[in-house]
Amino acid sequence: MPDSGVSRVLRKEDQRFLTGRGHYTDDLNRPGQLHAVFVRSEMAHATVKSVSTDAAKQAPGVVAVFTGQDMADDGVGSLPCGWVVTDKHGEAHKAPPHFPLVRDKVRYVGDHVAVVIAETRAQAADAAELVEVDYEGLDANADPAKALEGAPQIHDEAPGNLCFDWELGDKAAVDEAFSKAHHVSRLELRNNRLIPNALEPRAAIGEYDPGTDEYTLYSTSQNPHLLRLILCAFVLNLPEHKVRIVAPDVGGGFGSKIYCYAEETVCTWASKKLNGKPVKWTAERSESFSSDAHGRDHVTHAELALDENGKFLALKVDTIANLGAYLSSFATAVPTYLYGTLLAGQYKTPAVHCNVRAVFTNTAPVDAYRGAGRPEATYVVERMVERAARDMNMDPAEIRRRNFVQPDEFPYQTPVALTYDSGQYEKALDEALAMIDYKNFGQRRQESERNGKLRGIGLSAYIEACGIAPSQVVGALGAGVGLWESAQVRFNATGSISVFTGSHSHGQGHETTFAQLVADRFGVPVENVDVVHGDTGRIPMGMGTYGSRSLAVGGSAIVRACDKVIEKGKKIAAHLLEASVDDIEFDSGNFRVAGTDKQKSIGEIAFTAYVPHNYPEGVEPGLDETAFYDPANFTYPAGVHIAEVEIDPETGTTRIADWVAVDDFGKVINPMIVEGQVHGGIAQGIGQALLEEGVYDEAGQLVTGSYQDYCMPRADDLPSYRVGMIETPCPHNPVGAKGCGEAGAIAAPPALMNAITDALGTEEISMPATREKVWRIARGRLAQAAE
Amino acid sequence: MPTVTMTVNGQQVSRDVEPRTLLVQFLREELGLTGTHVGCDTSQCGACVVHVDGTSVKACTALAMQADGSEVTTIEGLANNGELHPMQAAFKEHHGLQCGFCTPGMVMSAVDLLKRNPDPDEDTIRHWLEGNICRCTGYHNIVKAIQHAAKEMRG
Repeated sequence: MPDSGVSRVLRKEDQRFLTGRGHYTDDLNRPGQLHAVFVRSEMAHATVKSVSTDAAKQAPGVVAVFTGQDMADDGVGSLPCGWVVTDKHGEAHKAPPHFPLVRDKVRYVGDHVAVVIAETRAQAADAAELVEVDYEGLDANADPAKALEGAPQIHDEAPGNLCFDWELGDKAAVDEAFSKAHHVSRLELRNNRLIPNALEPRAAIGEYDPGTDEYTLYSTSQNPHLLRLILCAFVLNLPEHKVRIVAPDVGGGFGSKIYCYAEETVCTWASKKLNGKPVKWTAERSESFSSDAHGRDHVTHAELALDENGKFLALKVDTIANLGAYLSSFATAVPTYLYGTLLAGQYKTPAVHCNVRAVFTNTAPVDAYRGAGRPEATYVVERMVERAARDMNMDPAEIRRRNFVQPDEFPYQTPVALTYDSGQYEKALDEALAMIDYKNFGQRRQESERNGKLRGIGLSAYIEACGIAPSQVVGALGAGVGLWESAQVRFNATGSISVFTGSHSHGQGHETTFAQLVADRFGVPVENVDVVHGDTGRIPMGMGTYGSRSLAVGGSAIVRACDKVIEKGKKIAAHLLEASVDDIEFDSGNFRVAGTDKQKSIGEIAFTAYVPHNYPEGVEPGLDETAFYDPANFTYPAGVHIAEVEIDPETGTTRIADWVAVDDFGKVINPMIVEGQVHGGIAQGIGQALLEEGVYDEAGQLVTGSYQDYCMPRADDLPSYRVGMIETPCPHNPVGAKGCGEAGAIAAPPALMNAITDALGTEEISMPATREKVWRIARGRLAQAAE
Repeated sequence: MPTVTMTVNGQQVSRDVEPRTLLVQFLREELGLTGTHVGCDTSQCGACVVHVDGTSVKACTALAMQADGSEVTTIEGLANNGELHPMQAAFKEHHGLQCGFCTPGMVMSAVDLLKRNPDPDEDTIRHWLEGNICRCTGYHNIVKAIQHAAKEMRG
């Protein structure tokens, strides 16, 4: 790619968002629409003996009340999990049914018991209070660590609450290495449950047209085609060509809007039951807390074996992963192929073994949340490495340096399945160390100590596998879908360009970045290019946005489609210029006969393609090309983040004194947007490390069910960030991009926890490192010092 | 049903509403001004901030009847004849928004801040934004945008 496309272009989408003219799903209203309110379980685990809907049906404005039995009678299926994980005994994961409305039992607080549909939302909410559910309470368990130890049985299909027992890596080689180790470092880690909290609550409008037998679903989805596929093929048994899904402006996703949920399924189904009346549902925030898919929630024991020089010999990881009460759409892939495969980190650890037991608990389903498995892996590796450095009295930067995969060692085959394609790990480390003035940290620490404060510094050298993913590889690993992307690049007759992408933008700025990509390819102003996404009625089948894949995979599809346009354009230009096709060059918006000044602009060629009065024989009219791109490998963004903190032992307050990030995302198209992605990722990572935790009590009640209880990072909790970049282009996709969306959320938690544990002088603190936890430890330290 | 009358973005409007109607419902559902968003149910996210008689108010926490007789400005009324308000322009210039959902409330809140304090330092801005949650930007560029808007508006 020429560099001319790289620039800080202001975002095309901002005008509508800044003036209140965005169109989010809840902003849409369909003629004659009805409103749905769900009756949700207040019990974490109970048998549903009966659901009495009579009083609700009589309430003012109520049109219908449906239960799981109504959906069963209609043949509605179960919400599937689309990735089959084969356990270490060769068996497929346990896949208990997950019905949109429950049929026999409720299994978490927020589970869907019934839906009330009324003329207004207030009427539906009022009537929902009149639905009487007769529960027979059962013991509940929300703790993954206890799920396998005699906890109540949640699904008959999954004895002992075990979904699968999975392993990756060469256990014998790991055991051998440990037997010869000079030193072994150990850690017990808890990766806290997070609740994604995209600021726009999920919403859906289902609309059936009895005249054409077609359905339209407006939904807050990151991947409308994938949602359509799941809904049609597995749940509602509808032909795909009769279903259109529109995901208009979507207010953040972070993974939580990938999945096929009960609510949108019910709205779509109910609209047909109600003879085509549109059915709208918008989550209240409390519903987002209880029923959006949550993230993380791992309990891990890890051990790292080292030789006397601090070289890593082997890593051993044993994890219990909480999947919640049911399997969400991609839940099984997260603690396996997106986790175990990243445990080599940036290092040449020759042997790695990972065992994961995934368990059911009486909690909301857990699935991918920004980073999805890779933050959990990076947290293990980078906490472990820092621990080892401390145990061996080595500098944490130096121990990393000694173990990095070197730039001349790519492609590098890790012991956990992946083949890293490119990277400059030491360069990123050096730049980050220089930015934060690492060598003078000791002075800053002394200065803090003079002021009665504790100062710490923490590193995190992360790697992720993005650009998800080669379809054959993921197919072999159990994925139920291919993970390519589509693009259609259409020149309009008068020279403007419409780009249709299967990627979806819900904050990432694709309308700008993708337009830059196309404008650069064709040598036209970026204003001439509009990007269309989020509508299965307008766009070729696509796979959507998650796993930092949009530019690496979706952008590559766009480049391929552009190349097809140029190839066709050359044929038309050759005809008009009376030259051979082989002699036509395309550059900066013009087709030129090589070595001459004879040329035609691409606008002229587009016009000719649609008004083909003078046209080459055998060439179809029109200039409108589609491409599908299936990546050859994952991409491997990597980098180093360093956090420096100052803790006030009197209050337990952790002040982030400095934050530097040096990331390698390969080719960057719009640095402004990429930096914004890094900032946002870091903020979510800091949230995980300092503030956020989804907590269920022993009865399975969600304790953190609102913004009063779940601590979202506010502006005054966070610092400004210093972001640097290096660029090692991805060698196997035509853009050279690796992906940037998840990096901050992956890198930040271990960086911050390494800094906090450095300041406190103990590893014995779990995320989130709240003021109270920090204060208790710091106070103990002060008391010790006083003795 | 009682009648409420108010001036919204310079135009007088009058509707009969249920007494329990919130100001944000009135704006979104009665007037179709969907730029004002609802992001929570506990009055914390700030996506619904509008100005009532020149002061920022969380429209999810006020009844429409409480705004009877008031001048209300929403995000749709901030730009002047198509020209972005300096705060909107600064958010665009400094990439202070990503998904855009918190943005209307952020912008309206920030405009009120500068009315009270035309030259706030970073700590003041961050503290002021305590009642506006953004999940996308990490606030870095929002703070920068407000600083630049302040400079611009001071002239």
